[in-house]
Amino acid sequence: MKVALVGNPNVGKSAVFNRLTGASVIVSNYPGTTVEFTRGTMRLGGQPVEVVDLPGTYSLEPTCKAEEVTAQALEELAPGDVILNVVDSTNLERGLGLTLQLTRLRKPMVLALNMWDEAKHTGVQIDVPVLEKSLGVPCVPVVAITGEGIRTLAEKVRQAAVPPHEFDNAERWREVGNLLGNAQKLSHRHHTVLERLGDASLRPLAGTAIAFLVLGASLGAIWVLGEGLIRCALRPFFEEAWGPLMLNLSALLGGRGLLHDLLIGKLTEGGIDYGGSFGLLTTGLFVPFAAVLPYVFSFYLVLSILEDSGYLPRLAVLADRFMHNVGLHGMGMIPMLLGLGCNVPGALSGRIMESERERFICTTLMSIAVPCMAQTAMIVGLAGRHGPQALVLIFGTLLLVWFVLGVILNGLLKGESPEILVDIPPYRVPYFKGLLKKVWMRLVAFIFEAVPFVLVGVLLANLLYSLGAIDLVGRLAEPVVTGLMGLPRESVGGLAVGFLRKDVAIGMLAPLDLSFRQTVVACVVLAVYFPCVATFAVMLRELGALKTLKASAIMALTALTVGTLMNLVLRVAVG
Amino acid sequence: MSHARDLVSMRSGQKGVVASVHGGLGVTKRLDAMGIRPGVNLVKVAGQLFGGPVVVQVGNAQMAVGFGMAKKILVKIEAQQEES
Repeated sequence: MKVALVGNPNVGKSAVFNRLTGASVIVSNYPGTTVEFTRGTMRLGGQPVEVVDLPGTYSLEPTCKAEEVTAQALEELAPGDVILNVVDSTNLERGLGLTLQLTRLRKPMVLALNMWDEAKHTGVQIDVPVLEKSLGVPCVPVVAITGEGIRTLAEKVRQAAVPPHEFDNAERWREVGNLLGNAQKLSHRHHTVLERLGDASLRPLAGTAIAFLVLGASLGAIWVLGEGLIRCALRPFFEEAWGPLMLNLSALLGGRGLLHDLLIGKLTEGGIDYGGSFGLLTTGLFVPFAAVLPYVFSFYLVLSILEDSGYLPRLAVLADRFMHNVGLHGMGMIPMLLGLGCNVPGALSGRIMESERERFICTTLMSIAVPCMAQTAMIVGLAGRHGPQALVLIFGTLLLVWFVLGVILNGLLKGESPEILVDIPPYRVPYFKGLLKKVWMRLVAFIFEAVPFVLVGVLLANLLYSLGAIDLVGRLAEPVVTGLMGLPRESVGGLAVGFLRKDVAIGMLAPLDLSFRQTVVACVVLAVYFPCVATFAVMLRELGALKTLKASAIMALTALTVGTLMNLVLRVAVG
Repeated sequence: MSHARDLVSMRSGQKGVVASVHGGLGVTKRLDAMGIRPGVNLVKVAGQLFGGPVVVQVGNAQMAVGFGMAKKILVKIEAQQEES
């Protein structure tokens, strides 16, 4: 037996899933958070039962890739598998439209009436026994985010019933109307402050002002929190506590030798230079934990607040017209924003775009011109030494590349992009515990998925240097790297490791003492030329080999053009 | 008396009943599944400048509808509002 969670987008399926299975799936307040299906296990009468969380869908006729996943999973259900249909109680009509389609599958069903608390506040009264009687399946009011009603829901899964009535698909809205007439009462109420704010943030002028305010405040908060953590906690820890420990270890190892160089790296003037030592225990830990993690934390804290509040779809509406320039509609903002954290979830969430064409543009633009937080943190550290103008140049160029490349792709690729059609959820005050859990999950994912790559990257950098391979590759790549982009031959090491991890790659540039011009060019080229290996793997899966190859060719070409142009322009401008 | 106009030319805050939805089968089906189909009551919440999406409220749900799609949704405006 298996339990499949099905329902409209943004009704809280993942929240129900987390509650039933004790698993951790990202839950947000915007349609399209879940784009692939997730498996988990719940206990039913002492027995383990598989639960699958499916992407939301409005109907069983799919219109985008995420919905296809759901339609296919439903077709593959075995007899005896249970459909756990989650509906948003404040939007019962739309939810029941899908419910009636589901009844035609002749599978045991249970209906979870989620957001029961919100329904009460919005003046929606649902007569559960009447609804149960007319549908012929158990119906359970729940508040998934806090866990209310989940125990009862789990018990009712065992009483799941095959719906006794067959509803006519063509007449389903009339049937839904009849059901609602008997089971639902609406009472009038006044607009709340959140609703007024919700409407204001959708108006062109007020909305744009709010958007700039929100984005500005977000950037500020990310910077202050990230930099604050580094300066007040992590750098002091590495310098005052970890450093002496490593020096003792260095002395214990005799101050040199292969093991010493691998673990501690090179000592500068008898001390540890976290930026340049390149030992696994020095630079290998400093880069991910002291330079990158604080920013990853502050970014995800802010992003999670934006996600849970329900602001993102509003931003998508305001940005829609602009996004059409690059061949995407407003929801294309979401993969870009997620990509700013890490390109891997960014590439995955390309699935919320309806057409192949949009998915290609979206993923290509994201992987080329959207630097992940790990990369951004290192760029801020490296280029920040040359002052804020270096940072403005780097991120400004990336934005320009994003836009110009998007316009070109939109012009060259055949076909048109579909228009936006998206649900705007109400503003919700983020549920604090859920928010913290989400930030924690993302940090854990970073530590277990990214840090191993960082360590391998540091090890590789170390080996490349000691084996003299960097020198060899450097000479081969010299015409391009030095000739066209004006970078020193040694920077090839960074470019090579960039295939693995961009943060380590930028870290490798630190000891080279690059000039202002070289720093700017190197950071931009590193960001553009290739996604890290983890993102590349996701792209292969999402786009297929041919399109990934195409995207890679575009990347190489863009990196070459932008690197050369910037080198020339900056030579003239700053020398 | 009342007459039908499309979502784009409706004023923000105006109420009406969807009269007809034109456009491809895919789009009409999707709109239908999301709750925009002939006969339903809706309120226009906001429009955007230069051809951006229109936001409408149907029941408790708010939706953003792309500009091109919005032009193909005809709404019968409530009579009293038409005069004011």
